[in-house]
Amino acid sequence: MLPFVARRLTWMIPTFFGVTLVCFGLMRMANADPITADLQQGLSGRQISSEALEHLRKLYDLDKPWHVQYGKLVGRLVTFDLGNRWQDGRPIAEVLAEALPITLLLSFLSMALAYLIAVPLGVFSAVKQHSLSDQALTVALFVLYSLPSFWVGTMFIVFLASGQYVSCGFQGEPGCFPLQGWHAFSGFDQMSTGEKILDVAWHLVLPVVTLTYNAFAALSRYMRAGMLETLRQDFIRTARAKGLSERSVIFGHALRNSLIPIITMFGLTLPQLISGSVIVESIFGIRGMGFVALEAIRLPDYPLVITIVAFTSVVTMVGILVSDLLYAMVDPRIRLDGSEAA
Amino acid sequence: MNAHLFPQPVARNRSESYWAIVRRQFWKRRLNRAACAVIALLFAVGLLADFVASDLPILLSLEGETYVFPNLLRPPELRRWDNTLLLEEMGENDWAVMPPVPWGYNSHDLSSVLSPPGPGHVLGTDSEGRDVLSRVVHGTRVSLAVGVLSVVVVVLIGVVLGSVAAYFGGAFDLLLMRLVEVVHALPTILLLVTILSVVMLSGWASVVGMMLVIGLVGWTGVARLTRGEILKVKTMEYVEAARALGYSHLRIVARHILPNSISPVLVSATFAMAAAILIESALSFLGFGISPDMASWGGLLSDGRKHADAWWLAVFPGAAIFVTVTVYNMAGEGLRDAIDPRLKV
Repeated sequence: MLPFVARRLTWMIPTFFGVTLVCFGLMRMANADPITADLQQGLSGRQISSEALEHLRKLYDLDKPWHVQYGKLVGRLVTFDLGNRWQDGRPIAEVLAEALPITLLLSFLSMALAYLIAVPLGVFSAVKQHSLSDQALTVALFVLYSLPSFWVGTMFIVFLASGQYVSCGFQGEPGCFPLQGWHAFSGFDQMSTGEKILDVAWHLVLPVVTLTYNAFAALSRYMRAGMLETLRQDFIRTARAKGLSERSVIFGHALRNSLIPIITMFGLTLPQLISGSVIVESIFGIRGMGFVALEAIRLPDYPLVITIVAFTSVVTMVGILVSDLLYAMVDPRIRLDGSEAA
Repeated sequence: MNAHLFPQPVARNRSESYWAIVRRQFWKRRLNRAACAVIALLFAVGLLADFVASDLPILLSLEGETYVFPNLLRPPELRRWDNTLLLEEMGENDWAVMPPVPWGYNSHDLSSVLSPPGPGHVLGTDSEGRDVLSRVVHGTRVSLAVGVLSVVVVVLIGVVLGSVAAYFGGAFDLLLMRLVEVVHALPTILLLVTILSVVMLSGWASVVGMMLVIGLVGWTGVARLTRGEILKVKTMEYVEAARALGYSHLRIVARHILPNSISPVLVSATFAMAAAILIESALSFLGFGISPDMASWGGLLSDGRKHADAWWLAVFPGAAIFVTVTVYNMAGEGLRDAIDPRLKV
């Protein structure tokens, strides 16, 4: 186990360099040093002498060759010396520390919900293969799978949250669900813990549903396919022949074995959720990582953008590693010493 | 059944070739045929968008002068005209054949801004008084163009890199797999939004830019698939025979290996089409995609997010995206089942 983790972590290093190289390329492409950005936008409208410009260039290492600049970028990323964001001068680390928990909460809730619903639904659908409910479920899941989340989010806002079509009158919100944010804007600090949880839950219903259903539909389809495949295996016939109850055959024998591919889906679902949270956070005005990133791109504040891109990439890599480890843990046939599974 | 589960050398002398079997399996299912019909319809609407919705007539006779396809050719002397003005100004001897939707995708009907669906504007108007139906029709063209062209880019890059890596192996393979990992780790949407915000194109250039960047981040799936298929086929005897005959690497890969390993790539390309259209609309929705002077479904939808009182702005463009993505996914699944139900694409 340990040598495997060590080797995988070592392999992450070239990938990390690749990712940061892409980021650096973007930065160069944007010609995004604070000096030219300031001059181009003419925010200050002031004249700048060539000596002062030279001085600034030196200060920001812009007079150095590209590989030195790149080395410094990687160095700053690795040591978490991220600098301040241009917008308000707040340290980037602080901004991220504020935004990350929100995105994590969203992604975690979605992931948990998706797995909790997808597994039983997939099993049900596979056990009742060819029945009417299986066919209806298959169609429904296919539709959910193809439904664009930014459309669903927009429809939620327009029909449920805007108050134009339905209205419930909770907490002065126009519709039945809040339009913006992940908690009440005013009076949140005065609430008791129970009220806070309720408030956050109420705010997160629509965003979480929007973020979840795609992953949930994909997982259910995989679960159904995996379960069908397992139910055809010889050991299931053996289990039935032994006279085991159908319950024990399905939950004791088949389910455990068909969970394995579903677990690896975790690594693939994570990047999807991260991409999804960019869209969902932007629709529902939730100030998570995606929201901050889009805000930074609009400004533009490329150092912040690049920090977020590099950071999310590392999270994704770790996610894939974790799912590989989980895979090995649940399936003893998979050995982590490098040789192929028997 | 088992005989055609694996891609085989195309048998010319047998009664039915591999592709004939695939085609038969595919057409057998009603859903697949329906999906193809909708795709054909979408392409027809996209190609003929100027004839479905335009601010100028298809045929026009004005003051003794006859214009053929002014909607397409846009003669300079009609530049200041549109359908509404023409109908007001036309004399007794003038006549015109109007397109079914008499509004251009950029014609502003300022007398009806954000008006609901009705007789004048069948699907209503947006916040700038532009006809929603016309913009949906012209958005079809943009979406399909982005979809088709980015899939071409995806397949080209994926097949070339995948086959080089698998055929030559060693350092090539290692390098490709590292590259795939890098692209997988990068957050697609953020990366695309960043690139597009740096480049900032307008008009059709924004469509071309979009298709290129979607292609550049989307090729990994096809590359991995091609690599896997070629690794399977590479050790077969007919490849060895081709090598013994002294054929060049290019000829062996292009004429002998690829034709026998391309079918899963075809399935993957169909799914990639759905994904590309989805990403294009998502980016346009976020305001970084197709420039606002072009019609795009995502752009319309983002207008719907801003104007909650205008439900038609949220419903119709979203439905267009949904239908398009669904039919491509459906066709992809049908194709996969026809080629090999156990294929994991």
